[in-house]
Amino acid sequence: MAEFRTPDQDSARFRRRVAVAALFVLVCFGLLALRFYYLQVKRHDYYLTRAEDNRIALLPTVPKRGTIVDRNGVVLARNYAAYTLEITPSRVGDLEATIDGLSEIVPIEPRDRRRFRKILEESRNFDSVPIRTRLSDEEVARFVAQRYRFPGVEVQARLFRDYPLGATASHIIGYIGRINQRDVDRIEERGETANYRGSEYIGKAGLEQSYEAELHGQTGFEQVEVNAGGRAVRALARSPAVPGSDLELTLDIELQKVAEAAFGKRRGALVAIEPETGGVLALVSTPTFDPNLFVEGISTQDWKELNDSPDHPLLNRAIFSAYPPGSTFKPFMALAGLTTGKRTLGYAMADPGYFNFGGHRFMDDRVGGHGMVDIHKSIVVSCNTFYYQLANDLGIDAIAGFMGPLGFGARTGIDLPGEAEGVLPSPEWKRKRFRKAELQRWYGGETISVGIGQGYNAYTPVQLANALAAVVNDGKLFRPHLVRNVLDAHGVKRPVAPEPLRTISLNPAHVAAVRSAMVDVNKSGTGARAFRGAPYEVGGKTGTAQVFSLKGGKYVEGRVSERLRDHSWFIAYAPADKPKIALAVLVENGGFGAQSAAPIARRVIDYHLLKSRADQPADEDADAVESDE
Amino acid sequence: MSDYSVHLLEVVRRLLRALDPVLLLVLLTLMGYALVIMGSASPERLDSQLLHGAIALMTMWVVAAIPPQRLLGMALPLYLLGTVLLVGVDLFGEVSKGARRWLDIGVTRIQPSELMKIAMPLMLAWFFQQREGRIGLREFIVAGLMLVVPVGLILVQPDLGTSVLVAAAGFYVIFFAGLSWKLIVPVALVGIVGIGSIVAFGDTICQPDVDWKVMREYQKHRVCTLLDPTQDPLGKGFHIIQSTIAIGSGGITGKGWQNGTQTHLSFLPERHTDFIFAVLSEEFGLVGTLVLLATYLLLLVRGFHIALVAPTLGTRLLGGAITMIFFTYAFVNMGMVSGILPVVGVPLPFISYGGTALVTLCLGVGILMSIQRSRISKQT
Repeated sequence: MAEFRTPDQDSARFRRRVAVAALFVLVCFGLLALRFYYLQVKRHDYYLTRAEDNRIALLPTVPKRGTIVDRNGVVLARNYAAYTLEITPSRVGDLEATIDGLSEIVPIEPRDRRRFRKILEESRNFDSVPIRTRLSDEEVARFVAQRYRFPGVEVQARLFRDYPLGATASHIIGYIGRINQRDVDRIEERGETANYRGSEYIGKAGLEQSYEAELHGQTGFEQVEVNAGGRAVRALARSPAVPGSDLELTLDIELQKVAEAAFGKRRGALVAIEPETGGVLALVSTPTFDPNLFVEGISTQDWKELNDSPDHPLLNRAIFSAYPPGSTFKPFMALAGLTTGKRTLGYAMADPGYFNFGGHRFMDDRVGGHGMVDIHKSIVVSCNTFYYQLANDLGIDAIAGFMGPLGFGARTGIDLPGEAEGVLPSPEWKRKRFRKAELQRWYGGETISVGIGQGYNAYTPVQLANALAAVVNDGKLFRPHLVRNVLDAHGVKRPVAPEPLRTISLNPAHVAAVRSAMVDVNKSGTGARAFRGAPYEVGGKTGTAQVFSLKGGKYVEGRVSERLRDHSWFIAYAPADKPKIALAVLVENGGFGAQSAAPIARRVIDYHLLKSRADQPADEDADAVESDE
Repeated sequence: MSDYSVHLLEVVRRLLRALDPVLLLVLLTLMGYALVIMGSASPERLDSQLLHGAIALMTMWVVAAIPPQRLLGMALPLYLLGTVLLVGVDLFGEVSKGARRWLDIGVTRIQPSELMKIAMPLMLAWFFQQREGRIGLREFIVAGLMLVVPVGLILVQPDLGTSVLVAAAGFYVIFFAGLSWKLIVPVALVGIVGIGSIVAFGDTICQPDVDWKVMREYQKHRVCTLLDPTQDPLGKGFHIIQSTIAIGSGGITGKGWQNGTQTHLSFLPERHTDFIFAVLSEEFGLVGTLVLLATYLLLLVRGFHIALVAPTLGTRLLGGAITMIFFTYAFVNMGMVSGILPVVGVPLPFISYGGTALVTLCLGVGILMSIQRSRISKQT
């Protein structure tokens, strides 16, 4: 059924077809024109924004971290510029081959490679990742000469954190470390993500952690034009970074050194506070560690050594470990008795050498007792019987009611992270602490133990030092603090004002009686040997925290293994009339307080008041001391 | 004057007469525009673009000087040669970028599918001219077969862009030859329904595990990317997103020559070839795009005019088809870059960098000029 047509018919049909085609062309071009109108006129603003977003990137300028100096300006934490060798993975084809090639020019240890891989996993592909830090000038020169062989590898000058005193005061200063996922989450929670763009480090411990906000500073931004590969092409605008604030501490680093040296190899803690301000003069926890190990990521071996050591060097005993206060609790108990009226200054009792309660005989250290004992003598000779009786008369609620406001069993609020609460025992505490009904009950006998600072009592050295500071400062209790001034980048000095937490109303006559007894402790009592010849008057009290309870048997030091020996306590303040320093010393497993803790206190006070220092650690040179606590 | 110089003068006159002033003007406008844009998109390619242009213009001139009947006479050998070469490509061709498109013939590498863009309309126009006065269903079936074989050979390379262009070129001849609407409408309907359903069910069929069978994975990817560019913002979709941003951010007057940020900061892919239109749009804005559109329209109008007044059936069909091929290039490229058509490898005619395409296109212009000249010489 072929339809044959004449050429004319064909020609007419062809013209119609061309018309159709032309119409189609017009429709299609019209569609395009509409599309261009839509994109370039209607949605122009939107696409312009998109183009600008493409083009402009904000590059963070990381602020210089604030430094930390002690009260005399001695630098404890600082930054120094050093060269690093950095690789941008996205610009390097074969990473392993590149690193192998680099290792022929500058030494690259296996640990450098391990660290590189670890950082690489956490970073984005276009970040540059350090393969070697702290290059020597010679190493830099060697690399620069061969640089053409290593595209994507660059030498960068970067700021590093340095703790010039090494292990000294490491528990106070803390350290910074690379930001990990946990830190990122925390930063996000605080809404600080923008300020941490570009930051690689964050305070992980000590003041570096608690004053992170001040030390970090304000991240600056550089607005740059970038290409599709994310490379900056030119700078458009910038807002400079504001360096972090410097911290000036109340700490006297020389005193700190004296204190740390006095501990020698012994484990323990010391907290020395300026009573009038609550400023911390020294805060020791031994053993210490070198915070520099942490900055660039601690090696597995170093970490194992620190973490697995039975001496727990990373533990800040001064604020985290709570120990029974032993007899150092007695001056506070005496004040409790006087303040509540259960005892008067004229009161005296005959000490038979024991105290019977509920069919149990609580023993004094001295067989046969101390004879007639009043408040003064009870402290000087550290008479247990007196305090057994007092605790019983007061009752546990009154004891807890008096000790609580002094800060016992509560965080002092010191400006360091990770403070422990300790335990101020009371029936209420016991109910919360234990699940089983029979364990929740408070027994009268437990009150007797609490009276001499044993039993459930557990306080941190900073609590004890701060409570003592409050007592010798007319009852004014401060929040202890390590930072005295925050100096911001503009040179403005913001003093950290002493923050009084509360004033405990104490009768000055009662305080005077207790203080005079404490002075006599160091003249004729348990602390006399340690302070023999001191050219100043000093108040103090020894204490022994029981680690191991020998049922019935007599405690003989030499027979118990070192770890089960009692902890040695000493609290002191000086000068006695107008105290400039109040401190608490604890020596773990140090035996009697007078034996190992008191000599340390002597060294510290000697230095603080006289600037004199001994060359050797305060060894257990007081073994001939009376053991009549 | 000597015989020799008379002869030379005659050659020059013939050559000059061969040039259609309107087409030449439009062509030079487009090529000049191309140089301006290339000066921004890729200045280092200006030299070779100029060289390509010169070669293409020479080719055009030579072709324009050949009478159209002689051109049509070359149709069958060219078509057969092209088809044989395409078979050769499919069997022995070199693989580049996952497709087998090039054939190494010892001296050089050639892309036979490019030859087909011209050989196809030439062949069909010649065929219909041979059957003039006797064109019926049988002729259309034969023409359809002549169309399908090379297109199929190109499609399996796989090269969607070229197969679309070759198929369109052949279809236009058949269309102008008067294929019944009864046959065109159903095919168009199937096409519209097919594309419509792809758009409607895009989400389902673009799942990675769905095998489309009739299309290669990369072609499926192109269609799916068009349906939802955000699905794959850093892959193929990145191209479309970035080119739409470039066009849209150009606004009415554009950002100015060499000031396109999308272009110069490398956000724009293939900025000197398939996506050069986005460069133009970004830097010269709506004004620049409309100027281009208008220039193309002028080219098409002139092409249609030449076809309408062409003396023979073969030249009419050839002229109409070549004009529509120019349209197809322009529409598919601009449609793809502005995000209303899928990404197929079709250059912007006379603008995109690339010698082969430019020579092919100028060859087309040469044919139009040849047709136009044959009419003039007939009238005189």
